Amino acid sequence: MNLDLRIPMGMMFTLVGVILSVYGWATRGSALYARTGNVDVNLGWGLVLLVFGVVLFVLGRRGERRARMRPPKPPATDGRRRGH
Amino acid sequence: MFGHTQLTAIDWLIMLLYFIFVLGIGFALKRFMKTSKDFFQAGRALPAWICGLAFMSANLGAQEVIGMGASGAKYGIATSHFYWIGAIPAMIFVGIFMMPFYYGSKARSVPEFLRLRFDEKTRALNACSFAVMTVFSSGISMYAMARLIQTLHIFDGLFLALGLPLGWIFHFSMLLSAMIVLGYIFLGGLTSAIYNEVLQFALIIAGFLPLVLIGLHNVGGISGLRAALPTAYMHSWRGMEHASTNPLGVDAFGLAMGLGFVLSFGYWCTDFLVIQTAMATDTQENARRVPLIAAIPKMFFPFLVILPGLLAIAATTPHNVTTETVANGVIVRETHVVSKAEAEGRGLVPAKTDPISGKIVLDASGKPELDYDLAIPSMLLHYFPSGLLGLGLTALLASFMSGMAGNVTAFNTVWTYDIYQSYLHKGASDQHYLKMGRWATVGGILLSMATAYAASGFNNIMDTLQLVFSFVNAPLFATFLLGMFWKRTTGNGAFTGLVAGTVAAMAHHGLTLPIEAHPGLHGGWITVLHTYPSDMAQNFWTAIWAFSANFVVAVVVSLFGKPKPEAELVGLVHSLTPKAASVEHVWWKRPEVLAVSLLVMVITLNLIFR
Repeated sequence: MNLDLRIPMGMMFTLVGVILSVYGWATRGSALYARTGNVDVNLGWGLVLLVFGVVLFVLGRRGERRARMRPPKPPATDGRRRGH
Repeated sequence: MFGHTQLTAIDWLIMLLYFIFVLGIGFALKRFMKTSKDFFQAGRALPAWICGLAFMSANLGAQEVIGMGASGAKYGIATSHFYWIGAIPAMIFVGIFMMPFYYGSKARSVPEFLRLRFDEKTRALNACSFAVMTVFSSGISMYAMARLIQTLHIFDGLFLALGLPLGWIFHFSMLLSAMIVLGYIFLGGLTSAIYNEVLQFALIIAGFLPLVLIGLHNVGGISGLRAALPTAYMHSWRGMEHASTNPLGVDAFGLAMGLGFVLSFGYWCTDFLVIQTAMATDTQENARRVPLIAAIPKMFFPFLVILPGLLAIAATTPHNVTTETVANGVIVRETHVVSKAEAEGRGLVPAKTDPISGKIVLDASGKPELDYDLAIPSMLLHYFPSGLLGLGLTALLASFMSGMAGNVTAFNTVWTYDIYQSYLHKGASDQHYLKMGRWATVGGILLSMATAYAASGFNNIMDTLQLVFSFVNAPLFATFLLGMFWKRTTGNGAFTGLVAGTVAAMAHHGLTLPIEAHPGLHGGWITVLHTYPSDMAQNFWTAIWAFSANFVVAVVVSLFGKPKPEAELVGLVHSLTPKAASVEHVWWKRPEVLAVSLLVMVITLNLIFR
């Protein structure tokens, strides 16, 4: 398969992370967080997801680059394995 | 109920983003779908970790997330038996002992394996019953999702803004989930389904981990949780010696045999829904590793899906609160009004309301009955501020859709390879079958929608699913066990055994009844010969009877028949297959080592929460 899942998945979590942390930063200290015991969960969790997304994306890109540099093996063997 | 669900733009944005990525992955994969192998088997080229996570999330649908949270709220930590007893041992077994035959036989589906090992009629029986079951399961997932969206009033704001009648929300939700699942499978086949299962796995963690953390913070940590709940809630093995002394109403033998052996092995070791993800890997050794990789997160999932149920029960029951704030010298008084169902509930689990009259349902002693299925959703709505709420709801929707997707890909494969190619249209070109697979996806989804509307009459998702699984799946494992490990088993034996097992399951269900239930859907529709302390005990024993009937009948019939020549059984039966030399040189990466460490971990968990 020629699409490394880590790339779209990393992109999605990066975007979700950015959205949550920006929103959390903009609403910090608001009454919105009364229900969580005044913890700005959007900012905190948004940053966690952002880091997760970026790491996944970078790993995916690196895996893809490495796979492209590897010469294609004959299809009889397990040459199509990738992404580890 | 839940009249206060106010989704803001930020929640919609996150939900929309997920839908875009799901369909985007489908479009990106479309150009790789050149042969039927690409479409149905993901080209047998995916890495083990992706298939492992998909193997686990393939069953992370409605039954899992809502049902396990509900069961956690109802029974406590004992629900973890469904994981630690009811999944891990079976996952280890299928990885170590059965995968070499599934993967190595080059069968493209589980029914096809049955044809190679036994004969055409056994395959036909399995393929047909399996196809019906996948459509049924996917329909139930779809129905549960539409019902939940309706109950939580997720789309109400949107519909009111657009001036559409609220009565359309149910149909709109069905159509939306159908279109999205159809879209990504039609485009990217099994690869698309697997990728989305992994995406959903990550989303569930992203959406539920903060819920557990906030919930724990709110009740004062583990010690606070312990103090707020009855002691039985925090122990999984206490009172298991006898059915009447534990909340599940099952004794240890029924639990270990019924759930731990028959039901769970019947599901994890024979259900093509999960097996298909392992068969999509690139090598046999990786295929063996897939269920083992899946077992690692599976082991810790109780903390993510069962714990919220316990936290919901332990939380303070909401009541009307008036808050006073001073803004610009003006005193603003705001009253937060909770609905009657919430106030009458326990913790955050609301009381059950009659969908027609809107009144609270009372049990025999006049106390309000609790709607456990809403434990997790009401946790999400109670604790999550907008932003995180969008993520949590997206995770929930993703799990419903991915539950459907696994069923739909299993259906299109079995339909195309095992029914269409085998009996209706032999010898067509590969492109023809690829096209057929695409259209089978459309057909499968339409049938699911029909089932979903038909299933509107059933109330308890979990019980209905368990019932279907115990009729169809429970006898199955005996067939595979005998087929793979006893070379004398004949096709006639396998076939009659399967029929006998299913008949035994139905007969047992028709002759017994759980206590305090009325004859009908719960059993006893022939006559009541025996009464069980709970419906769970009845389900487990139905499975035990089905398995035993299949096993005995298959052995007896096989002994009277002529077995297949041994040369034809190489690669299909354990004793006749040369053991493949391990290609893995790093000792701790070997499947056997992984299996032993998993066993040690699961025993430790049982000891900690005994």
